[in-house]
Amino acid sequence: MAELVSLAEGVAELVHDGDAVALEGFTHLIPVAAGQEIIRQGRRDLTLIRMTPDIVYDQLIGAGCAARLVFSWGGNPGVGSLHRFRDAVEQGWPRPIEIEEHSHAGMANRYVAGASGLPFAVLRGYVGTDIARHTATVATVTCPFTGEVLTAVAALNPDVAVIHAQRADRRGNVQMWGITGVQKEAVLAASRSLVTVEEIVDDLDPRPDAVVLPAWVVTAVAEVPRGAHPSYAQGYYDRDNDYYQSWDPISRDRETFARWLDEVTQ
Amino acid sequence: MIGWTADEIMTVTASRTLAGRTSCFVGIGLPSTAANLARRTCSPDLALIYESGAIGAKPSTLPLSIGDGELAETADAVVSVPEIFNYWLQPGRVDVGFLGAAQIDRRGNINTTVIGEYAHPSVRLPGAGGAPEIAASCKETIVVVRHRPRTLVERLEFITSLGFGDGPGHRAALGLRGRGPVRVITDLGVLEPDPETCELTLAHIHPGVAVDQVRAATGWPLAVRAELPVTEPPTAVELAALRSLTTRSSTRGGGNGAA
Repeated sequence: MAELVSLAEGVAELVHDGDAVALEGFTHLIPVAAGQEIIRQGRRDLTLIRMTPDIVYDQLIGAGCAARLVFSWGGNPGVGSLHRFRDAVEQGWPRPIEIEEHSHAGMANRYVAGASGLPFAVLRGYVGTDIARHTATVATVTCPFTGEVLTAVAALNPDVAVIHAQRADRRGNVQMWGITGVQKEAVLAASRSLVTVEEIVDDLDPRPDAVVLPAWVVTAVAEVPRGAHPSYAQGYYDRDNDYYQSWDPISRDRETFARWLDEVTQ
Repeated sequence: MIGWTADEIMTVTASRTLAGRTSCFVGIGLPSTAANLARRTCSPDLALIYESGAIGAKPSTLPLSIGDGELAETADAVVSVPEIFNYWLQPGRVDVGFLGAAQIDRRGNINTTVIGEYAHPSVRLPGAGGAPEIAASCKETIVVVRHRPRTLVERLEFITSLGFGDGPGHRAALGLRGRGPVRVITDLGVLEPDPETCELTLAHIHPGVAVDQVRAATGWPLAVRAELPVTEPPTAVELAALRSLTTRSSTRGGGNGAA
Protein backbone atom coordinates (compact mmCIF):
# COMPACT_ATOMS: atom_id res chain seq x y z
CA MET A 1 0.00 0.00 0.00
CA ALA A 2 1.20 3.46 -0.83
CA GLU A 3 2.65 5.43 2.03
CA LEU A 4 1.85 9.14 2.33
CA VAL A 5 5.13 11.01 2.70
CA SER A 6 6.66 14.45 2.31
CA LEU A 7 8.53 15.07 -0.92
CA ALA A 8 11.87 15.12 0.90
CA GLU A 9 11.10 11.80 2.64
CA GLY A 10 9.91 10.22 -0.60
CA VAL A 11 13.07 11.12 -2.51
CA ALA A 12 15.32 10.14 0.41
CA GLU A 13 13.67 6.72 0.76
CA LEU A 14 13.16 5.82 -2.88
CA VAL A 15 15.89 7.44 -5.01
CA HIS A 16 19.42 6.23 -4.35
CA ASP A 17 22.78 7.05 -5.90
CA GLY A 18 23.34 4.94 -8.99
CA ASP A 19 19.63 4.19 -9.55
CA ALA A 20 17.90 4.10 -12.91
CA VAL A 21 15.22 6.76 -12.43
CA ALA A 22 12.37 7.60 -14.79
CA LEU A 23 10.69 10.95 -14.17
CA GLU A 24 7.96 10.74 -16.78
CA GLY A 25 5.45 13.26 -18.05
CA PHE A 26 4.67 14.11 -21.64
CA THR A 27 4.53 17.94 -21.64
CA HIS A 28 1.70 17.73 -19.08
CA LEU A 29 2.19 16.73 -15.41
CA ILE A 30 5.99 16.76 -15.43
CA PRO A 31 7.35 15.98 -11.93
CA VAL A 32 9.56 19.07 -11.76
CA ALA A 33 9.45 19.61 -7.98
CA ALA A 34 10.55 16.01 -7.42
CA GLY A 35 13.44 16.46 -9.88
CA GLN A 36 14.60 19.55 -8.04
CA GLU A 37 14.39 17.70 -4.72
CA ILE A 38 16.70 15.04 -6.22
CA ILE A 39 19.13 17.88 -7.03
CA ARG A 40 18.84 19.29 -3.48
CA GLN A 41 19.56 15.88 -1.96
CA GLY A 42 22.68 15.64 -4.12
CA ARG A 43 22.03 12.29 -5.84
CA ARG A 44 24.85 11.12 -8.09
CA ASP A 45 25.51 8.59 -10.89
CA LEU A 46 21.85 8.29 -11.82
CA THR A 47 20.70 6.75 -15.06
CA LEU A 48 18.00 9.22 -16.03
CA ILE A 49 15.27 7.77 -18.25
CA ARG A 50 12.63 9.79 -20.05
CA MET A 51 11.05 9.99 -23.49
CA THR A 52 11.19 13.78 -23.57
CA PRO A 53 13.91 15.15 -21.30
CA ASP A 54 13.19 18.87 -21.00
CA ILE A 55 13.97 21.60 -18.48
CA VAL A 56 14.02 19.47 -15.32
CA TYR A 57 16.44 16.99 -16.94
CA ASP A 58 18.58 19.91 -18.11
CA GLN A 59 18.71 20.97 -14.46
CA LEU A 60 19.56 17.47 -13.18
CA ILE A 61 22.28 17.04 -15.83
CA GLY A 62 23.75 20.50 -15.20
CA ALA A 63 23.79 19.76 -11.45
CA GLY A 64 25.90 16.67 -12.10
CA CYS A 65 23.33 14.10 -10.93
CA ALA A 66 23.38 11.95 -14.09
CA ALA A 67 25.89 9.46 -15.46
CA ARG A 68 23.60 8.20 -18.25
CA LEU A 69 20.58 9.43 -20.15
CA VAL A 70 18.10 7.10 -21.87
CA PHE A 71 15.75 9.15 -24.04
CA SER A 72 14.07 9.81 -27.38
CA TRP A 73 13.81 13.62 -27.71
CA GLY A 74 15.75 16.17 -25.68
CA GLY A 75 14.78 19.80 -26.11
CA ASN A 76 13.04 22.83 -24.66
CA PRO A 77 9.69 22.42 -26.46
CA GLY A 78 8.89 25.38 -28.68
CA VAL A 79 12.02 27.25 -27.53
CA GLY A 80 15.12 25.34 -28.68
CA SER A 81 18.05 23.41 -27.25
CA LEU A 82 18.69 22.07 -23.78
CA HIS A 83 22.00 23.84 -23.18
CA ARG A 84 23.10 21.90 -20.08
CA PHE A 85 22.38 18.60 -21.89
CA ARG A 86 24.32 19.79 -24.93
CA ASP A 87 27.22 20.99 -22.78
CA ALA A 88 27.40 17.56 -21.12
CA VAL A 89 27.32 15.67 -24.44
CA GLU A 90 29.51 18.07 -26.43
CA GLN A 91 32.01 19.17 -23.73
CA GLY A 92 31.61 16.67 -20.88
CA TRP A 93 30.57 19.41 -18.43
CA PRO A 94 30.05 19.14 -15.48
CA ARG A 95 30.79 15.46 -16.17
CA PRO A 96 30.64 13.27 -19.26
CA ILE A 97 27.27 11.69 -19.86
CA GLU A 98 26.64 8.42 -21.62
CA ILE A 99 23.58 8.39 -23.85
CA GLU A 100 21.25 5.69 -25.10
CA GLU A 101 18.74 7.00 -27.57
CA HIS A 102 15.58 5.71 -29.16
CA SER A 103 12.55 6.90 -31.05
CA HIS A 104 9.36 7.74 -29.14
CA ALA A 105 7.67 4.61 -30.49
CA GLY A 106 10.61 2.53 -29.27
CA MET A 107 10.70 4.06 -25.79
CA ALA A 108 6.91 3.75 -25.39
CA ASN A 109 7.11 0.07 -26.32
CA ARG A 110 10.05 -0.51 -23.99
CA TYR A 111 7.91 0.71 -21.09
CA VAL A 112 4.99 -1.44 -22.29
CA ALA A 113 7.24 -4.52 -22.25
CA GLY A 114 8.55 -3.58 -18.81
CA ALA A 115 5.03 -3.09 -17.45
CA SER A 116 3.90 -6.37 -19.05
CA GLY A 117 6.65 -8.50 -17.54
CA LEU A 118 8.12 -9.26 -20.97
CA PRO A 119 11.80 -9.05 -21.93
CA PHE A 120 11.20 -7.09 -25.13
CA ALA A 121 8.56 -5.49 -27.33
CA VAL A 122 7.96 -5.77 -31.06
CA LEU A 123 7.27 -2.87 -33.40
CA ARG A 124 7.74 -1.58 -36.91
CA GLY A 125 10.37 1.01 -36.20
CA TYR A 126 13.90 2.35 -36.67
CA VAL A 127 14.08 0.74 -40.13
CA GLY A 128 16.66 2.37 -42.39
CA THR A 129 17.80 4.80 -39.71
CA ASP A 130 21.20 5.11 -38.02
CA ILE A 131 19.71 4.95 -34.52
CA ALA A 132 19.97 1.17 -34.12
CA ARG A 133 23.69 1.24 -35.05
CA HIS A 134 24.39 3.24 -31.89
CA THR A 135 21.84 1.67 -29.54
CA ALA A 136 22.37 -1.83 -28.18
CA THR A 137 18.77 -2.17 -26.97
CA VAL A 138 17.40 -2.24 -30.55
CA ALA A 139 17.54 -5.50 -32.53
CA THR A 140 15.45 -7.56 -34.93
CA VAL A 141 13.18 -10.53 -34.31
CA THR A 142 11.56 -12.91 -36.77
CA CYS A 143 7.81 -13.46 -36.49
CA PRO A 144 7.26 -17.19 -35.76
CA PHE A 145 3.98 -17.15 -37.70
CA THR A 146 4.79 -15.20 -40.87
CA GLY A 147 8.59 -15.12 -40.98
CA GLU A 148 8.52 -11.34 -41.19
CA VAL A 149 11.54 -9.60 -39.66
CA LEU A 150 10.47 -6.94 -37.19
CA THR A 151 12.16 -4.59 -34.74
CA ALA A 152 12.63 -5.61 -31.11
CA VAL A 153 13.40 -3.24 -28.26
CA ALA A 154 14.53 -4.33 -24.81
CA ALA A 155 12.14 -3.84 -21.89
CA LEU A 156 12.68 -0.86 -19.61
CA ASN A 157 12.42 -1.61 -15.90
CA PRO A 158 13.57 1.44 -13.94
CA ASP A 159 14.54 1.11 -10.28
CA VAL A 160 12.15 3.94 -9.55
CA ALA A 161 9.50 5.85 -11.49
CA VAL A 162 8.55 9.37 -10.43
CA ILE A 163 5.38 10.97 -11.80
CA HIS A 164 3.02 13.82 -10.96
CA ALA A 165 -0.78 13.45 -10.91
CA GLN A 166 -3.75 15.66 -10.13
CA ARG A 167 -5.05 13.82 -7.08
CA ALA A 168 -4.72 10.95 -4.66
CA ASP A 169 -6.90 9.82 -1.79
CA ARG A 170 -5.69 9.13 1.74
CA ARG A 171 -5.12 5.47 0.99
CA GLY A 172 -2.78 6.44 -1.86
CA ASN A 173 -4.98 5.69 -4.88
CA VAL A 174 -3.82 8.02 -7.65
CA GLN A 175 -5.97 9.70 -10.32
CA MET A 176 -4.81 11.70 -13.33
CA TRP A 177 -6.41 12.91 -16.53
CA GLY A 178 -5.73 14.87 -19.71
CA ILE A 179 -2.57 13.88 -21.54
CA THR A 180 -1.27 10.99 -19.45
CA GLY A 181 1.60 10.00 -21.73
CA VAL A 182 3.44 6.89 -20.64
CA GLN A 183 3.18 7.37 -16.87
CA LYS A 184 1.04 4.32 -16.13
CA GLU A 185 3.49 2.10 -17.99
CA ALA A 186 6.48 3.73 -16.25
CA VAL A 187 5.03 3.12 -12.78
CA LEU A 188 4.06 -0.48 -13.58
CA ALA A 189 7.49 -1.17 -15.13
CA ALA A 190 9.46 0.20 -12.17
CA SER A 191 10.48 -1.57 -8.96
CA ARG A 192 9.42 1.44 -6.86
CA SER A 193 7.36 4.54 -7.52
CA LEU A 194 6.91 8.01 -6.09
CA VAL A 195 3.84 9.98 -7.13
CA THR A 196 3.55 13.67 -6.33
CA VAL A 197 0.02 15.10 -6.51
CA GLU A 198 -1.65 18.49 -6.59
CA GLU A 199 -3.87 17.52 -3.67
CA ILE A 200 -4.77 14.65 -1.40
CA VAL A 201 -8.53 14.32 -0.99
CA ASP A 202 -10.78 12.18 1.20
CA ASP A 203 -12.41 10.42 -1.74
CA LEU A 204 -11.69 10.41 -5.46
CA ASP A 205 -14.76 11.22 -7.57
CA PRO A 206 -14.74 8.81 -10.48
CA ARG A 207 -13.91 10.51 -13.81
CA PRO A 208 -14.62 8.66 -17.05
CA ASP A 209 -11.41 9.87 -18.70
CA ALA A 210 -9.10 9.27 -15.75
CA VAL A 211 -6.15 6.94 -15.44
CA VAL A 212 -6.17 5.37 -11.97
CA LEU A 213 -3.18 3.79 -10.29
CA PRO A 214 -4.44 1.76 -7.33
CA ALA A 215 -2.60 2.30 -4.04
CA TRP A 216 -1.25 -1.25 -4.14
CA VAL A 217 0.95 -0.53 -7.19
CA VAL A 218 2.31 2.77 -5.84
CA THR A 219 5.11 2.94 -3.25
CA ALA A 220 4.70 6.49 -1.97
CA VAL A 221 2.55 9.57 -2.55
CA ALA A 222 3.54 13.12 -1.65
CA GLU A 223 1.27 16.16 -1.79
CA VAL A 224 3.15 18.85 -3.75
CA PRO A 225 0.86 21.64 -5.00
CA ARG A 226 2.20 23.13 -8.26
CA GLY A 227 4.67 20.26 -8.33
CA ALA A 228 4.51 20.17 -12.14
CA HIS A 229 5.30 23.87 -12.66
CA PRO A 230 6.41 25.16 -15.21
CA SER A 231 4.52 22.41 -17.02
CA TYR A 232 0.82 22.27 -16.31
CA ALA A 233 -1.75 20.27 -14.40
CA GLN A 234 -5.05 20.20 -16.26
CA GLY A 235 -7.81 21.53 -14.03
CA TYR A 236 -5.29 23.25 -11.73
CA TYR A 237 -2.95 25.59 -13.64
CA ASP A 238 -1.70 26.35 -17.15
CA ARG A 239 1.69 25.85 -18.71
CA ASP A 240 4.06 28.71 -17.79
CA ASN A 241 5.40 29.39 -21.25
CA ASP A 242 7.43 32.38 -20.01
CA TYR A 243 9.44 30.10 -17.71
CA TYR A 244 10.37 27.84 -20.65
CA GLN A 245 11.55 30.91 -22.57
CA SER A 246 13.42 32.33 -19.57
CA TRP A 247 15.24 29.00 -19.04
CA ASP A 248 17.06 29.49 -22.34
CA PRO A 249 19.36 32.37 -21.22
CA ILE A 250 19.80 30.89 -17.72
CA SER A 251 20.92 27.52 -19.07
CA ARG A 252 23.00 28.86 -21.96
CA ASP A 253 25.85 29.92 -19.70
CA ARG A 254 27.60 27.84 -16.98
CA GLU A 255 27.82 30.81 -14.58
CA THR A 256 24.19 31.88 -14.80
CA PHE A 257 23.22 28.23 -14.40
CA ALA A 258 25.46 27.94 -11.31
CA ARG A 259 23.71 30.94 -9.76
CA TRP A 260 20.34 29.33 -10.47
CA LEU A 261 21.59 26.10 -8.89
CA ASP A 262 22.77 27.94 -5.76
CA GLU A 263 19.31 29.44 -5.31
CA VAL A 264 17.61 26.05 -5.66
CA THR A 265 19.93 24.17 -3.34
CA GLN A 266 20.11 26.77 -0.56
CA MET B 1 6.14 45.37 -52.79
CA ILE B 2 5.16 41.83 -51.92
CA GLY B 3 2.41 41.60 -49.38
CA TRP B 4 3.65 38.54 -47.52
CA THR B 5 6.81 37.16 -45.96
CA ALA B 6 8.85 34.15 -47.08
CA ASP B 7 7.67 32.22 -44.01
CA GLU B 8 4.06 33.08 -44.78
CA ILE B 9 4.11 31.76 -48.35
CA MET B 10 5.87 28.61 -47.10
CA THR B 11 3.20 28.00 -44.47
CA VAL B 12 0.31 28.79 -46.82
CA THR B 13 1.75 26.49 -49.53
CA ALA B 14 2.18 23.71 -46.98
CA SER B 15 -1.38 24.17 -45.70
CA ARG B 16 -2.79 23.78 -49.24
CA THR B 17 -1.26 20.32 -49.58
CA LEU B 18 -3.66 19.15 -46.85
CA ALA B 19 -6.77 19.86 -48.93
CA GLY B 20 -8.83 16.71 -49.25
CA ARG B 21 -6.88 14.81 -46.59
CA THR B 22 -8.57 13.15 -43.66
CA SER B 23 -5.83 12.89 -41.06
CA CYS B 24 -2.44 14.46 -40.40
CA PHE B 25 0.20 13.45 -37.82
CA VAL B 26 1.67 16.79 -36.82
CA GLY B 27 5.21 17.65 -35.74
CA ILE B 28 5.71 20.84 -33.74
CA GLY B 29 6.95 24.17 -35.15
CA LEU B 30 6.51 25.02 -38.83
CA PRO B 31 4.44 21.89 -39.64
CA SER B 32 2.03 22.58 -36.78
CA THR B 33 1.42 26.12 -37.99
CA ALA B 34 0.63 24.89 -41.51
CA ALA B 35 -1.64 22.07 -40.32
CA ASN B 36 -3.59 24.42 -38.06
CA LEU B 37 -3.92 26.89 -40.94
CA ALA B 38 -5.31 24.13 -43.17
CA ARG B 39 -8.09 23.49 -40.63
CA ARG B 40 -9.06 27.16 -40.95
CA THR B 41 -8.91 27.29 -44.75
CA CYS B 42 -8.87 24.39 -47.21
CA SER B 43 -9.43 21.41 -44.91
CA PRO B 44 -11.81 22.26 -42.03
CA ASP B 45 -12.51 18.61 -41.16
CA LEU B 46 -8.86 17.54 -41.08
CA ALA B 47 -8.10 15.42 -38.01
CA LEU B 48 -4.90 16.70 -36.40
CA ILE B 49 -3.04 13.98 -34.51
CA TYR B 50 -0.31 14.86 -32.02
CA GLU B 51 2.14 12.34 -30.58
CA SER B 52 1.11 13.35 -27.06
CA GLY B 53 -2.04 11.31 -27.70
CA ALA B 54 -4.46 14.03 -28.90
CA ILE B 55 -6.59 12.81 -31.83
CA GLY B 56 -8.69 15.39 -33.66
CA ALA B 57 -7.31 18.38 -31.76
CA LYS B 58 -8.88 21.77 -32.61
CA PRO B 59 -6.75 24.37 -30.83
CA SER B 60 -7.73 28.03 -31.18
CA THR B 61 -4.12 29.18 -30.87
CA LEU B 62 -0.90 27.58 -32.03
CA PRO B 63 0.34 25.10 -29.45
CA LEU B 64 3.85 25.81 -28.11
CA SER B 65 4.45 22.13 -27.46
CA ILE B 66 2.92 18.93 -28.79
CA GLY B 67 1.15 18.42 -25.47
CA ASP B 68 -0.46 21.78 -24.68
CA GLY B 69 -3.61 21.64 -22.58
CA GLU B 70 -5.76 23.01 -25.38
CA LEU B 71 -4.90 20.04 -27.59
CA ALA B 72 -6.31 17.65 -25.01
CA GLU B 73 -9.32 19.81 -24.17
CA THR B 74 -10.41 20.18 -27.82
CA ALA B 75 -9.54 16.66 -29.04
CA ASP B 76 -12.03 14.00 -30.12
CA ALA B 77 -10.06 11.60 -27.94
CA VAL B 78 -6.90 11.57 -25.86
CA VAL B 79 -5.05 8.26 -25.75
CA SER B 80 -1.81 7.12 -24.15
CA VAL B 81 1.52 7.55 -25.90
CA PRO B 82 1.96 3.78 -26.50
CA GLU B 83 -1.51 3.72 -28.07
CA ILE B 84 -0.94 6.70 -30.36
CA PHE B 85 2.13 5.05 -31.84
CA ASN B 86 0.97 1.43 -31.86
CA TYR B 87 -2.72 1.62 -32.80
CA TRP B 88 -2.91 4.88 -34.71
CA LEU B 89 0.42 5.50 -36.46
CA GLN B 90 1.98 2.06 -36.97
CA PRO B 91 -0.71 0.34 -39.10
CA GLY B 92 -0.53 3.10 -41.74
CA ARG B 93 -3.98 4.59 -41.23
CA VAL B 94 -2.82 8.25 -41.15
CA ASP B 95 -2.84 10.06 -44.51
CA VAL B 96 -0.03 12.55 -44.04
CA GLY B 97 2.90 12.99 -41.70
CA PHE B 98 3.97 16.63 -41.44
CA LEU B 99 7.60 16.97 -40.34
CA GLY B 100 10.29 19.57 -39.82
CA ALA B 101 14.02 18.84 -40.08
CA ALA B 102 17.37 20.21 -38.93
CA GLN B 103 18.86 18.74 -42.13
CA ILE B 104 17.41 16.96 -45.15
CA ASP B 105 19.44 15.39 -47.95
CA ARG B 106 18.82 15.10 -51.70
CA ARG B 107 16.86 11.88 -51.23
CA GLY B 108 14.64 13.27 -48.52
CA ASN B 109 16.35 11.58 -45.57
CA ILE B 110 16.17 13.61 -42.34
CA ASN B 111 18.69 14.27 -39.58
CA THR B 112 17.59 15.62 -36.20
CA THR B 113 20.23 13.82 -34.11
CA VAL B 114 23.79 15.15 -34.40
CA ILE B 115 26.04 17.30 -36.56
CA GLY B 116 29.50 15.71 -36.66
CA GLU B 117 30.64 12.38 -35.33
CA TYR B 118 28.04 10.60 -33.19
CA ALA B 119 30.31 10.01 -30.20
CA HIS B 120 31.76 13.54 -30.30
CA PRO B 121 29.22 15.74 -32.05
CA SER B 122 29.89 19.39 -32.81
CA VAL B 123 26.16 20.01 -32.36
CA ARG B 124 23.87 17.75 -30.37
CA LEU B 125 20.34 18.08 -31.78
CA PRO B 126 17.17 16.96 -29.92
CA GLY B 127 17.02 13.46 -31.42
CA ALA B 128 14.36 11.35 -33.06
CA GLY B 129 11.12 11.95 -31.18
CA GLY B 130 8.26 10.50 -33.15
CA ALA B 131 9.74 11.26 -36.57
CA PRO B 132 11.30 7.91 -37.63
CA GLU B 133 7.99 6.08 -37.38
CA ILE B 134 5.96 9.02 -38.74
CA ALA B 135 8.26 9.02 -41.78
CA ALA B 136 7.95 5.24 -42.11
CA SER B 137 4.24 4.68 -41.48
CA CYS B 138 2.15 7.60 -42.72
CA LYS B 139 0.82 7.08 -46.24
CA GLU B 140 2.88 10.10 -47.30
CA THR B 141 5.10 12.61 -45.57
CA ILE B 142 5.51 16.30 -46.24
CA VAL B 143 8.51 18.18 -44.88
CA VAL B 144 8.48 21.90 -44.12
CA VAL B 145 11.90 23.59 -43.78
CA ARG B 146 13.47 26.97 -44.40
CA HIS B 147 15.69 26.74 -47.49
CA ARG B 148 19.33 27.13 -46.38
CA PRO B 149 22.51 25.43 -47.65
CA ARG B 150 23.23 24.05 -44.17
CA THR B 151 19.72 22.56 -44.01
CA LEU B 152 19.36 21.06 -47.50
CA VAL B 153 22.59 19.10 -47.72
CA GLU B 154 24.12 16.63 -50.16
CA ARG B 155 24.68 13.89 -47.60
CA LEU B 156 23.77 13.33 -43.96
CA GLU B 157 26.15 12.17 -41.26
CA PHE B 158 23.23 10.60 -39.41
CA ILE B 159 19.87 9.41 -40.75
CA THR B 160 17.25 9.86 -38.06
CA SER B 161 14.21 9.37 -40.31
CA LEU B 162 14.27 7.63 -43.64
CA GLY B 163 13.19 9.36 -46.82
CA PHE B 164 14.10 7.45 -49.98
CA GLY B 165 17.29 6.03 -48.44
CA ASP B 166 19.83 5.33 -51.20
CA GLY B 167 17.26 5.83 -53.93
CA PRO B 168 14.61 3.93 -55.91
CA GLY B 169 13.39 0.71 -54.33
CA HIS B 170 15.10 1.22 -50.99
CA ARG B 171 11.92 1.83 -48.99
CA ALA B 172 10.17 -1.16 -50.52
CA ALA B 173 13.20 -3.39 -49.88
CA LEU B 174 13.04 -2.44 -46.21
CA GLY B 175 9.34 -3.27 -46.07
CA LEU B 176 8.18 0.29 -45.43
CA ARG B 177 4.57 0.83 -46.37
CA GLY B 178 4.34 4.62 -46.63
CA ARG B 179 5.36 6.37 -49.85
CA GLY B 180 7.85 8.64 -48.11
CA PRO B 181 8.47 12.37 -48.57
CA VAL B 182 6.34 13.34 -51.55
CA ARG B 183 6.97 17.05 -51.09
CA VAL B 184 9.44 19.35 -49.35
CA ILE B 185 8.03 22.84 -48.91
CA THR B 186 10.44 25.69 -48.25
CA ASP B 187 10.34 29.47 -48.14
CA LEU B 188 11.67 29.55 -51.74
CA GLY B 189 9.65 26.85 -53.49
CA VAL B 190 8.54 23.23 -53.49
CA LEU B 191 10.79 20.21 -54.10
CA GLU B 192 9.42 16.87 -55.24
CA PRO B 193 11.20 13.55 -55.74
CA ASP B 194 12.09 12.72 -59.34
CA PRO B 195 10.01 9.66 -60.31
CA GLU B 196 13.08 7.84 -61.70
CA THR B 197 15.83 8.75 -59.23
CA CYS B 198 13.93 9.87 -56.09
CA GLU B 199 16.18 12.94 -56.03
CA LEU B 200 14.50 16.08 -54.70
CA THR B 201 13.92 18.39 -57.64
CA LEU B 202 12.60 21.93 -57.80
CA ALA B 203 8.96 21.56 -58.91
CA HIS B 204 7.42 24.94 -57.99
CA ILE B 205 8.98 28.30 -57.28
CA HIS B 206 7.47 31.01 -55.11
CA PRO B 207 6.66 34.37 -56.73
CA GLY B 208 9.60 36.78 -56.90
CA VAL B 209 12.20 34.04 -56.29
CA ALA B 210 14.90 33.34 -58.93
CA VAL B 211 16.00 29.79 -59.76
CA ASP B 212 19.64 30.76 -59.10
CA GLN B 213 18.66 31.89 -55.62
CA VAL B 214 17.15 28.46 -54.91
CA ARG B 215 20.23 26.72 -56.31
CA ALA B 216 22.51 28.86 -54.13
CA ALA B 217 20.49 27.89 -51.06
CA THR B 218 20.68 24.15 -51.81
CA GLY B 219 23.62 22.00 -50.74
CA TRP B 220 23.61 19.82 -53.87
CA PRO B 221 23.44 20.62 -57.60
CA LEU B 222 19.69 21.14 -57.71
CA ALA B 223 17.80 19.78 -60.68
CA VAL B 224 14.93 21.92 -61.91
CA ARG B 225 11.80 20.65 -63.67
CA ALA B 226 11.56 21.73 -67.31
CA GLU B 227 8.16 23.17 -66.55
CA LEU B 228 8.39 25.23 -63.37
CA PRO B 229 5.07 26.70 -62.24
CA VAL B 230 5.07 29.71 -59.94
CA THR B 231 3.23 29.12 -56.65
CA GLU B 232 -0.16 30.82 -56.45
CA PRO B 233 0.32 33.81 -54.14
CA PRO B 234 -1.38 33.60 -50.75
CA THR B 235 -4.93 34.91 -50.89
CA ALA B 236 -6.19 37.64 -48.59
CA VAL B 237 -8.29 35.01 -46.81
CA GLU B 238 -5.30 32.69 -46.26
CA LEU B 239 -3.10 35.52 -45.01
CA ALA B 240 -5.78 36.82 -42.66
CA ALA B 241 -6.31 33.34 -41.22
CA LEU B 242 -2.57 32.79 -40.77
CA ARG B 243 -1.97 36.17 -39.17
CA SER B 244 -4.89 35.77 -36.82
CA LEU B 245 -3.52 32.37 -35.81
CA THR B 246 0.02 33.62 -35.19
CA THR B 247 -0.90 36.87 -33.43
CA ARG B 248 -3.27 35.08 -31.09
CA SER B 249 -0.38 32.88 -30.08
CA SER B 250 2.63 34.37 -28.33
CA THR B 251 5.84 34.82 -30.28
CA ARG B 252 7.74 31.59 -30.62
CA GLY B 253 11.32 30.53 -31.16
CA GLY B 254 12.21 27.85 -33.67
CA GLY B 255 11.81 24.55 -31.86
CA ASN B 256 12.63 22.21 -34.70
CA GLY B 257 11.10 18.87 -35.40
CA ALA B 258 8.63 16.83 -33.46
CA ALA B 259 8.80 17.27 -29.70
